[in-house]
Amino acid sequence: MALADFANPSRFLTFANRAIPWLGGVTLIAFAFGLNQAMVAPDDYQQGATVKIMFLHVPSAWLGMLGWGVMTIAALGTLVWRHPLADVAAKAAAPIGAAFTFLCLVTGSLWGRPEWGTYWVWDARLTSELVLFLLYLGVIALWRTVEDPSRAARAAAILTLVGAIDLPIIKFSVDWWNTLHQGTSVFRLGGSTIYPTILIPLFIMAVAFTLLFVTLHVAAMRNEILRRRVRTLRLMQASAAS
Amino acid sequence: MRLSALDLACHRGGRDVFVGLSFAVASGEAMAITGRNGAGKSSLLRTIVGLVRVTHGQLALEGGDPELTIAEQAHYLGHQDALKPSLSVAENLRFWVGFLGARAVAIQPSLDAVGLDELADLPAAYLSAGQRRRLSIARLLAVKRPIWLLDEPTSTLDASAQQRLAGFMRTHLAEGGLILAASHGSIGLDGAQELRLGQAASPLAASVPSPLVGEGLGGGSGGGAPASTPARRLTTPTPNPSPTSLHSGARKRDPGGGGEE
Amino acid sequence: MSPLAALLIRDMRIAVRVGGGALMGVLFFLVVVTLVPFAVGPDLALLKRIGPAILWLAALLASLLALDRLFAADHEDGSLDLILMSHAPLELVVAVKGVAHWLTTGLPLILAAPLSGLFLNLDAPAEAALVLTLLVGTPALTFIGLIGAAIAVALRRGGLLLAVIVLPLTVPVLIFGVAAANAAVVGPVPFGTPFTVLCALTLASLVVGPFAAAAALRQEME
Repeated sequence: MALADFANPSRFLTFANRAIPWLGGVTLIAFAFGLNQAMVAPDDYQQGATVKIMFLHVPSAWLGMLGWGVMTIAALGTLVWRHPLADVAAKAAAPIGAAFTFLCLVTGSLWGRPEWGTYWVWDARLTSELVLFLLYLGVIALWRTVEDPSRAARAAAILTLVGAIDLPIIKFSVDWWNTLHQGTSVFRLGGSTIYPTILIPLFIMAVAFTLLFVTLHVAAMRNEILRRRVRTLRLMQASAAS
Repeated sequence: MRLSALDLACHRGGRDVFVGLSFAVASGEAMAITGRNGAGKSSLLRTIVGLVRVTHGQLALEGGDPELTIAEQAHYLGHQDALKPSLSVAENLRFWVGFLGARAVAIQPSLDAVGLDELADLPAAYLSAGQRRRLSIARLLAVKRPIWLLDEPTSTLDASAQQRLAGFMRTHLAEGGLILAASHGSIGLDGAQELRLGQAASPLAASVPSPLVGEGLGGGSGGGAPASTPARRLTTPTPNPSPTSLHSGARKRDPGGGGEE
Repeated sequence: MSPLAALLIRDMRIAVRVGGGALMGVLFFLVVVTLVPFAVGPDLALLKRIGPAILWLAALLASLLALDRLFAADHEDGSLDLILMSHAPLELVVAVKGVAHWLTTGLPLILAAPLSGLFLNLDAPAEAALVLTLLVGTPALTFIGLIGAAIAVALRRGGLLLAVIVLPLTVPVLIFGVAAANAAVVGPVPFGTPFTVLCALTLASLVVGPFAAAAALRQEME
């Protein structure tokens, strides 16, 4: 199906209704497999079993950033290409991305406590991730403050594009600044520095998280389309009444 | 019940809006307050209700509850509708019913009467201006008070809604209430007294007790512009009444308990 | 229900529904707390020492946010006219609006404070003391703020004037609030001394605030 087919909200709803059960099922399978692999992966010689928080923490971080990436593309769709469903995609992605970012912050904090002795430290990576979380909350607040969704869309799109600057900052923060956080170890030139027995479960969990994002996102888009229809109907009811 | 004013003056924004005004309205009677913009129609209504201080003269209510101020026995329908856009139609009305002390009253009949019953659960933000006006009118129907002070009540209302409002007013008068309505055009009540403000050649005391058939003022929908905009007033100089009445300050002896803030 | 109860419920409904609801204040609070390490540097020991002060300042500024519309919204849509005309005493009406403001702005801040304290490396006794001082002190911030909100009700750009009027009046609350929060951690003054003064300030503001605000509203409406 071409991307253009999704431009029609009704067609999207039909697609969503059919796809969500399948997506949900695949997500569950992926999680089952990934968690299983994570459990059997070896402990770290230093951290022991605590290292396994990584299997939640790292994918959450990736998905939090992916969420903003999806919102950025949707923002371009709203401002540049005028795609009808772009702002629905943007609005639906925000709470999901915020949730993943929050999960990343919490798991990281719990992981860091035994490691670094503190729940929080203001180093570059943690701070830029916290800023991302606040940006998410800001965009969500913006969506909720403006009552008319199509007017909120343009403002949110601009905010999203401006906020996208945080993504490279997060990514490269461990390189640019002296941080307490672990340096880049997965996506780097010259190959990953993590041993495959940990790397492979990590990727499987990443796939599972991504499928979760897609499932939730499609469901959220469906909800948003329905919500807008209800709103339109109510407006019509008000104007049709004598 | 009788609402009367003697030698009423109002001073706002550094100028005299009206001086030496006298009138009387009794149960079952209505008074139309007319005049061009800036003549003081809104100020008069707000003075009666107590939102503007009486600088001179007396305002009296006979036959009402001596424990209550005039405002507490009156409904004031101002230019704005006193509605919260984020609350539903029903929630807005229910709030005013509760706040004005008529807690046990059901709101459904009033919503039916103004034709908003189907929209009861919609946010007030979705209503048109005319529908909002009708919702404020529903407030007058839901909470029973003897005195109605209406400022441009027909503004934003279409013809059928204006007729309905005229019906409500007639019912109110028949039940012994009294109405003072400020308007540019006709409010649809025959037999109303007229109080014309802002006459050029005579003191602003033109209380014309002779009843007027309420069509001569050019009917149709009431004007939408607010009545008193002090900044725009082209002052028709009032012949200077005796110095005592202009500079006597805040003499407000109100035997009937009216005119308080 | 009684007129004042109806008003309380209405104000709370509006506060929760309009513009992001109660969480906007909390979000602002978090943003301010996040800004401070950018300004003073990430030294955790320093942040721990000034933590209570930062959180108090952030709570003060966040409380101010919703005050600006407290009376102005009612003034603009004509509700204030009807409220002034009603039988309910204006002082009580103002107090009820203050209560609604605190429940929808102040209380969420108090709930968000421990989390923010974590960011500033506060330990458990410090957090407990801080929450207690905020619980007692935020009503004072609201009720003092009522005065500024009433004075600025009819002004278009009232927000800044409101802040300029209110902030100096809240200085005693700020002083004793932070002193109490610090006293629990650092000595030598026992926690009780500044805390009792804070309680007294709040009780005084609960009375003075509504009376002053009501007087200001009556003046403005002339």
